[in-house]
Amino acid sequence: MLIYLARRLALALVTCAAISVLTFIIIRLPPGDFVDAYIANLAVGGSSVSAEQAAAMRREYGLDRPVVVQYGLWMGRVIRGDFGVSMMWRRPVTEVIGDRLWLTMAVSFAALLLTWLIALPIGIYSAARQYSIGDYIATTLGFIGLAIPNFLLALILMYLGFRYLGLSVGGLFTPEYAQADWSWAKFRDLMVHIPLPAAVLALAGTAQLIRIMRANLLDELRKPYVVTARAKGISESRALLKYPVRAALNPFASSSAYLFPYLVSGSIVVSLVLGLPTVGPLLLQALVAQDMFLAGTIVLLLGVLTVIGTLISDLLLMWIEPRIRLQGRA
Amino acid sequence: MTAVGVTSDDRLSQATQLQLTWWRFRRHRLAVVSLIVVALFYLGAVFADFLAVVDPHATDARRSFIPPQGITLFDDGVFRPHVSGLEGVRDPKSFKLVYTPDPARKLPVALFVHGYPYNLFGLIPTDRHLLGIEGGQGVDGIFLLGTDQLGRDLFSRLMVATRISLSIGLAGVAFSLMLGILLGGISGLYGGAIDTLIQRVIEVVRSIPTIPLWMGLAAALPNTWSVTQVYFAITLIISLVSWTELARVMRGRFLALREEDFVIAAELAGAGQMRIILRHMLPSFASHIIAATSLALPVMIVSETSLSFLGLGLRPPAISWGILLQDAQNVQVLAGAPWLLSAAVPVILVILAFNFLGDGVRDAADPYG
Amino acid sequence: MVEPMNNSRHALSVRDLVVDFAQDTGTIRALDGVSLDLHAGRVLGVVGESGCGKSVTARAILRLIDRPGRIASGRVLLDPGSPEQQDLAALDPEGRAMRAVRGGRIGLIFQEPMTALSVHYTVGNQIIEAMRAHSDLSKAAARERVVKLLHEVGIPRPETRIDAYPFQLSGGLRQRVGIALALAAEPEILIADEPTTALDVTTQAQILALLRRLQCTKGVALMLITHDMGVIAQMADDVAVMYLGRVVEFAPVGKLFAAPRHPYTRALLRSVPNLRAVPRERLATIGGAVPHLGARPVGCPFHPRCPEVIEGRCATQAPPEIPPDRAGASCFHAMAEASA
Repeated sequence: MLIYLARRLALALVTCAAISVLTFIIIRLPPGDFVDAYIANLAVGGSSVSAEQAAAMRREYGLDRPVVVQYGLWMGRVIRGDFGVSMMWRRPVTEVIGDRLWLTMAVSFAALLLTWLIALPIGIYSAARQYSIGDYIATTLGFIGLAIPNFLLALILMYLGFRYLGLSVGGLFTPEYAQADWSWAKFRDLMVHIPLPAAVLALAGTAQLIRIMRANLLDELRKPYVVTARAKGISESRALLKYPVRAALNPFASSSAYLFPYLVSGSIVVSLVLGLPTVGPLLLQALVAQDMFLAGTIVLLLGVLTVIGTLISDLLLMWIEPRIRLQGRA
Repeated sequence: MTAVGVTSDDRLSQATQLQLTWWRFRRHRLAVVSLIVVALFYLGAVFADFLAVVDPHATDARRSFIPPQGITLFDDGVFRPHVSGLEGVRDPKSFKLVYTPDPARKLPVALFVHGYPYNLFGLIPTDRHLLGIEGGQGVDGIFLLGTDQLGRDLFSRLMVATRISLSIGLAGVAFSLMLGILLGGISGLYGGAIDTLIQRVIEVVRSIPTIPLWMGLAAALPNTWSVTQVYFAITLIISLVSWTELARVMRGRFLALREEDFVIAAELAGAGQMRIILRHMLPSFASHIIAATSLALPVMIVSETSLSFLGLGLRPPAISWGILLQDAQNVQVLAGAPWLLSAAVPVILVILAFNFLGDGVRDAADPYG
Repeated sequence: MVEPMNNSRHALSVRDLVVDFAQDTGTIRALDGVSLDLHAGRVLGVVGESGCGKSVTARAILRLIDRPGRIASGRVLLDPGSPEQQDLAALDPEGRAMRAVRGGRIGLIFQEPMTALSVHYTVGNQIIEAMRAHSDLSKAAARERVVKLLHEVGIPRPETRIDAYPFQLSGGLRQRVGIALALAAEPEILIADEPTTALDVTTQAQILALLRRLQCTKGVALMLITHDMGVIAQMADDVAVMYLGRVVEFAPVGKLFAAPRHPYTRALLRSVPNLRAVPRERLATIGGAVPHLGARPVGCPFHPRCPEVIEGRCATQAPPEIPPDRAGASCFHAMAEASA
C-alpha cells in the first residue's frame, strides 16, 4: 500500500512539474516579452521608458538569459510565493487573484460532491430496478446531461430564468456580501448560491457516472457471489448494497478520478456565462490582454490544485478496494 | 429444424468480422437512426452554400434582429408557399427602424432560385440555391431563423457554420487518432518500460484541466494569422488532449490481441511485425477504432464550440457554431431575440447522434467487452 | 454407505415444478414438471448433462431465479405433511418468510469457490453475517462459533484464517469456507451444486469426505447435484436422473447402477470410461446432442437420441411421470417391464 501511495505522490509531483513547464511556455508564447508588453502598456497611458531602463528591467527579470535559466528563475520565485505582477492591475498577481481561486475550487468541489451524491444512488436504483419508470427517467436525465455542453446549459438556464422568472440567475453572492470580508454570514450566502452553478457543472459528469454505475452494477449482479449473498437469507437491500455495489464502486471511483480536472475545466466557461466571481472570467481577461504573469499563474495554480484534488480521490479509491491495500495493486 | 433464436449457421460461420459487426449494429435501431442523422448532417455540410439562402457574411443594419419567418404553405386554400414582405416601422420610443412582417404583401417562395454566388464543392462556380423568393425589394427575404444584430441571416450562417464545425471535428479526430493509435499501439505491442512511460504520460495529460490550457495556447496565436492558419492551430490544440482516450482504447486492444492464438500463429509462421499488425490485427480492432472515433468527435466539436464561444477559438469572419453562440452571451439581448440560440440545436443533435452511434458500434464490435 | 436415519423425516417435497424463462425470441421452459424428495439424513444425487436443469432446480427451490425466469407452476413444500408446511413457490421471494428459509432452513453450496465469495470482505465477515441473519448472537459470540465451524470443516488455524480474504486462500480451502457458509445458520437441508467440479481430484475426494462426515453428524438432508457418475456412486443414497428439465429416472443408488431402467441412464453409465474395458475399443457416446431448450422434442424428450425408441409412440406421446417418492423411470419400456 505504501508503494502505491508513493507512486501516486511521485506521479502528482511529475504532473505539477509538467504543468509548470507548460505554463511557462504559455507565458512566453506571445511575441515579445514581458518588458515589451509593459512598455506597450505604459505607452497607452502616455508614459514611456528609456532604452537603458528597459535593458535594466530585462536584466532584473532575467529576460536576457537562456530560456531554461529563465524557467529556473521563475520557478524559484514561484516556490517562494512570488508570482509576479499583473500588468493590467499593476498589483501583485496573488492580490488580483484573491479569493477567486478558492471560489473556483469551492464550486468545482461542490459539483464533485453533487455528482457523487446524485449519480451513485440513481445509478444503483437504475440497475436494481431495470426497465422501471425510475430507470427510464434516470436514463433520460443521463442523455440530457450527455447532450448539452455545460456552458450551453448555463446559457439556457440563464435565459429561462430571466425570461420567465425575471431573475438574474448567476453570481455567487448577493451584492452586499460580494465585497465584504469573510464571515459566517458570507459563507452561508455562498452555500445558498452554490447549488445552481454546481448543478450545471455537475450534470454532464453525473450523466456519465450514472451510466457507468448502472452498467457495472448490472454486470456485477449477474455474478455468483450475489447469489451466495442472497442464499444467506439477508435482506435484499443489504445484499445489494454490501456486495455488488461495493464491487461496482471500484470502476466508479476510478472513473471519478479524472472527474475533478474536468469539473475545474468546465467551471471556467460556466462561470463566464453565469458571471461567477471565480478564476474563469479573470483568466479570459488576462489572456485577451496578454497579461501573461496573471494568466500563467492562474493556469499553474489551477493545475496544481487539480492534481491535489485528484490525489485525494485516489486515496478514496485505495480505501475502498482491499485488494489494492493488501497487494499494492488492483 | 431451426430452434428458437438460432440463426443460419452457414452464414454465421462464413461472415467476416466486419459483416458480423454490421449485422449486430443493424439491430440497434437508435444507432441506425443516429447514423442516418450524422450522414444527413455531413451531407448538409457539403451542400452548405446550396442550402443557404442569403450570403452569410452580408450585413445589413436595416435587417437587424428580425424574428424567424415561417413559410406559409397555403394561400387561400391553394398550395403556394410564400413569406410576408417586411414593413419598416419606426418605433416611437427608440426611433429605431423595426421591421415587422406585413401579411398583405405575399412573396412566393421558389426552389432552385438564383442567389449569391459561391463555389459548389469548392470548384464549380454557381449561384443556385435551394430556396429563395421572387420579386422582393429592399429588406425582403426568407429569414427562417431570423437575423442577428448585424442583419445577417441566421439560417444561412447556421448552414455554413455546420460545415466548419463538423470539419474541425473530423480534422481534430484525425490528429488524435494518429497520435492515439501510434502511442497506444506502441504501448500495447511492446509493453514493459515503454508501456509504463507512455501510461504515465497519459496520466499526466489527463490530470491537467484542459480548458485553461487551451485558452492559454489559443490566446497565444498571433493576431496576424489567417483564418485558415488559426483553424489548423485550433484543431491541433484540441487534439493534443483528446488523443489519450484513443490511446487507451488502442493499448487495450493491442494488449488483448497480442495473446490471441492467431497472432502467435502468424508470428510462428514467420510473418513480419508490420504484416501481422496490418493484415491480422487490424481487422479485429477496426470497429473499435470506428467506435472510439464516433465517441471522440462530439468532444472535439464541443471543445471548438466552447473555445470559439469564449472568443479564443476561430475568429470572424469564420463562422462556426461557437461563434454563432457568442452572440447569445448577453442575457438581455437574448431575451429580446431568443432565436440567437438556434445554433444550440444542431450542437445538441450532433452530440447525441454521435454518442448513440459510437455506443452502437462499440456494442456491435465487442458485445462482451 | 450411510445407514438411513431411523426417523427419515421428509424434509422437502418438490412437486411438478415448472420454470419458464421469457426471452425476446419466445419462452423457454427450463423445468418441465420436476418432482423430488429430500429426507433427513439421506443424500439425494441429482445427475444429468449440462443444461438439464439441475442448477435451475436448486435455484428455484430457494427462489433465487432472476427475471426473466419465473416459477410457472408447481409446489415446493418445506416440512411436507407437518402442520408447519410451507409452499416456498408461493412465498414472496424477497419477503421475510422466504429469507428465513434461505440459509436458516436450506443452505446452498456453490460450484465455483473462486467467484462464489465476495473479495471485498473477510471470510469471517461473510460467515458471521450469515449466522447473525438467523439468530440473535452478538458479534463476539458469532465469531467464536464461526471459528469452531471453520475448524469443523477442516480449515487449519481457524482463529487467523477467519480474518483472511477469499483471494488469500487456496481453492480447496475456499470450498471449505463455502461449506461453512452454507452451514452457518444450521439448516436441516443442504443443496450442493456441483461442489467439486472446479477442484482437482485430490481436493475433490477430501471435500466429498467432509460432506459425508458433516451429513452424518448433523443429520442434514443433502441434495448433491453433479454430472459425475463417480461422485454419485460414492455419495448418494438415492439418485434422480434429469434430462431436458425432467426427472427421467429415480432409484436407490445400488439399483440404479445395477439395473438402470431408462435408456438415458443406461447410455450415461455406458459412456463412463471403464478401467476393465477392452483396450482400443471405441468409447461409447450418446448419439446426437442435447437439444436447445427452446426446441424441446414432442413426446418423450429423449426420443431423438434413444437407441430403444418405439416407432410411432415415443415421438407423439410423452411417457407418464414417475410417481413421487418411488423408484421408477419415465419410459414406456420401463413401465411395460414394471407391469410385466
